[in-house]
Amino acid sequence: MSTGWSDPRPLSPFTSIWRWHVTMVTSILHRASGVALYGGVFVLVAWLAAAAEGPKAYMKLMSIMASWPGRALLFGFTLALSFHLLNGVRYLLWDKGIGYDKEMADRTAWAVIVLAAILTLAIWVTAYWSLDLLRTGG
Amino acid sequence: MRTSYKIVTGLGAAHKGVGHFIKQRVTALALLVLIPLFLFQFLSSFSSGYNGVMAWLGSPFGAAVTFLVVSAMVVHMRLGVQTAIEDYFGGTVRTIALLLNGIFALALWLIAVYALIKISFGG
Repeated sequence: MSTGWSDPRPLSPFTSIWRWHVTMVTSILHRASGVALYGGVFVLVAWLAAAAEGPKAYMKLMSIMASWPGRALLFGFTLALSFHLLNGVRYLLWDKGIGYDKEMADRTAWAVIVLAAILTLAIWVTAYWSLDLLRTGG
Repeated sequence: MRTSYKIVTGLGAAHKGVGHFIKQRVTALALLVLIPLFLFQFLSSFSSGYNGVMAWLGSPFGAAVTFLVVSAMVVHMRLGVQTAIEDYFGGTVRTIALLLNGIFALALWLIAVYALIKISFGG
């Protein structure tokens, strides 16, 4: 995959020789969501910086994030965070040897995918209807 | 004294692995508590606009939760992305990517800390 190695031994992941499986999907999504959340932390810190800068900078950032591409991005971050958090719990339990057998790992993989979708929708429904996120005025 | 062969060839362990493993899991556990707490407070203050957000971030508890969540996130994401970089890149690209990863994480943390201090003490 890469060049410049002093060591020719193969590296993970051996995606080309593995049959598709739900635990593989969660593993790949865990890494993908983790890398995506790098951008999420950037937006969070930008939000803090804008708040510290003053109302004008804050409103500017709010108007960007309230646009449809902005909302799509925030929705994506919510989904990535929900999945990464829930699947992370699964990995922490694996560290303790809990749910590590084949059947349980499969079942929890599906559970985490479904729960991540539910959690994301729950957060957005709460944000929209209870807290009226659309009103971004101060 | 001779330099061992594995060091000359650049192979072998860097002896950073255990620390990486433990830090990744300690920050994961911290974030498991901090993220729901932060999100709940964030959504509560967000509905009252800029002034509500400033009041929350300026309160000792709000500032503490935000500081802790950003700190744990920055450490966790640096370690996670480090692993991804080490898996996919080699040579000079790897070196530069790892360097940028560290600088980016530290910069984000410093900006967040500066913002929180400015909000708390008024600038």
